[in-house]
Amino acid sequence: MGIEQLGSGAAVEMYRTMVTIRKFEEQVNQLYLSAIMPGLAHLYSGEEAVAVGVCSALTSEDYITSTHRGHGHCLAKGADVRLMFAELLGKADGYCGGKGGSMHIADQERNNLGANAIVGGSAGIATGAAFSAKKRQSGQVVACFFGEGALGQGILYEVMNMASLWKLPILYVCENNLYNEYTPYQEVTAGSILKRPEAFGIPVEDLDGQNVEEVYDAASRAVARARAGEGPTFLHCRTYRYQGHHVGDINRTYYRSREEEQLWRTERDPIQLWRTRLVAAGIADEALLDRIDREVEELVKDGVEFAKNAPYPDESEVATHVYA
Amino acid sequence: MSMPDTMLRETQESGRIITMGEAIREALAQEMRRDSRVFIIGEDVAEAGTPFKVLQGLVDEFGTDRVIDSPISEPGITGLGIGAAMTGLRPVVDIMFGDFLPLASDQIINQAAKVHYMSGGKLKVPLVIRTTLGATRRSAAQHSQSLHAIYSHIPGLKVAVPATPYDAKGLLIQAIRDDNPVIFFEDKMMYTVKGPVPEEPYVIPFGQAAIMQEGTDVTLVATSSMVYVALDAAKLLADQGISAEVINVRTTSPLDRDTLIRSAMKTTRAVVIDEGYQQYGVTAEIASVIAEGAFYYLDAPVKRLGAMDVPVPFSPPLEDLTVPTPERVVRVVQSLFNQ
Ligand SMILES: Cc1ncc(C[n+]2csc(CCOP(=O)(O)OP(=O)(O)O)c2C)c(N)n1
Repeated sequence: MGIEQLGSGAAVEMYRTMVTIRKFEEQVNQLYLSAIMPGLAHLYSGEEAVAVGVCSALTSEDYITSTHRGHGHCLAKGADVRLMFAELLGKADGYCGGKGGSMHIADQERNNLGANAIVGGSAGIATGAAFSAKKRQSGQVVACFFGEGALGQGILYEVMNMASLWKLPILYVCENNLYNEYTPYQEVTAGSILKRPEAFGIPVEDLDGQNVEEVYDAASRAVARARAGEGPTFLHCRTYRYQGHHVGDINRTYYRSREEEQLWRTERDPIQLWRTRLVAAGIADEALLDRIDREVEELVKDGVEFAKNAPYPDESEVATHVYA
Repeated sequence: MSMPDTMLRETQESGRIITMGEAIREALAQEMRRDSRVFIIGEDVAEAGTPFKVLQGLVDEFGTDRVIDSPISEPGITGLGIGAAMTGLRPVVDIMFGDFLPLASDQIINQAAKVHYMSGGKLKVPLVIRTTLGATRRSAAQHSQSLHAIYSHIPGLKVAVPATPYDAKGLLIQAIRDDNPVIFFEDKMMYTVKGPVPEEPYVIPFGQAAIMQEGTDVTLVATSSMVYVALDAAKLLADQGISAEVINVRTTSPLDRDTLIRSAMKTTRAVVIDEGYQQYGVTAEIASVIAEGAFYYLDAPVKRLGAMDVPVPFSPPLEDLTVPTPERVVRVVQSLFNQ
């Protein structure tokens, strides 16, 4: 496909969304460091091209399921920055009325079925949504995001088997950022990752997850297959998280080196790479991209202010929504 | 959390004060030195020493053969632990959050709990599962539950809920030496709580509650961190002229029924406090034990205070409503005197 078919509008939008995720996460880190945000958050910085590449290949009707590191997926699916910050601060205006927090944002309007704090916890939900889409003949596709850590969870294999058997319209998007929390994935992952879905007859694409164009192209092919009734695809996206496992994971040289972090940031930054590409292809000039950066900066600051000023939920909310 | 006066006194006598996290680490290290069959397996247990850093340093002494980083496979490591336990080893399986126990629950409930009985006593499962409980860490619904009641419901399992560093060390060593599967629940908010702990290894037998403070008017029965809530409530009650006896349950299965019943007979009133959901919870079981055993001595119904029966909300003002607090305990106690 390539950048030409993508169209300049979409290409620039992908840039804007990646920058939004990056700046959003910078603010989240600040909110944590200044003790304004309760609890913890797992930042997506560095992995932006995966969420944006995949979600750009989806329509607003398509579903996604997300993970504990979910802010990027949520934003890439089109979520409102204000409502996300409000949720992160536990405020009534947040996506879940403050009940979910960072690890549980769901955005029903955009068919984001929710982040999940159980590793692998959304694999079943995503596959069920694909089953439902097929049964309802809705034409919808599902993107199921998970980290390579979820490869340890049996449920993933149970549902991939069914998805392949019944040709369900789903993309299994494995975000391999090299670490399960504080343990290099190679120490806990045997054999070949790619051969696992292949064993179920699921086609696999092994992707540079820092290259948004490559992810977008592969996701588009997978979506086309899914809509044509040809079943699931497994996208293995090689990527990297810039920050700690969560915002509090600051001293991390015992499991990965500063040099490694620096290398990814300088040589493989998805936003920088896309920026260079857009300029080289004559799709955008530096001035336009700088302007987008500034607009996003404003958007994100406004979101934080909104969230800070939003009220906490009323006490009576504690007992609502236990049952539907 | 405040340290009870009795503990402070003991501390001054015994000299050494360490944290709950250190007590747990020391228990594991001493048992691993004593018994080469003991090993630890779990996610991020080796170099990382778990996210709570409780196991930090153990891999340096015992190596990655005995402090084993696993894939994120809770059913797998639990099942592996059961099989290893049945064939001569003494595994300590680390399940990072109690909320992940349900992933491994077939292994725990249908396998570990049943093997000894089903085999007519021929096979044994000397397995320890260390895990966490406790809310108010702003971790939301899937990282904040206290699920010990579920496992206390299952015959064949033993369940420990230590409240002090002293409990933690003695109960954990007992758990490792026990020939049964033991689920060991640590309150994740209590790892930095300090208390007196003897340096040499010792065991606290299961089914022995500890009377933390003697009193004459009401018995407060509590588990894990709720013991501190009860002690703080007792202080508030003392200001109102109500003398509370505070009992630390230590193990919910087996349960020290005698101590609970005897105390309630003496004080004639009892309130049970636990951080698990109230419905069908640990509080229900203990309250019924006391109601049955001390019925003719009671001056008021046995009351209970568990976590609110809702998934734990993220938003701090909501989350704070869901857990027992000293003030809430005091209100319940007062209601027993106004009847
Ligand atoms: C079932 C389960 N086990 C353990 C955890 C604790 N935990 C949270 S994130 C994580 C590592 C996940 O690694 P990965 O899936 O690769 O995602 P990443 O954090 O790298 O994005 C672990 C072990 C959990 N949330 N759920």
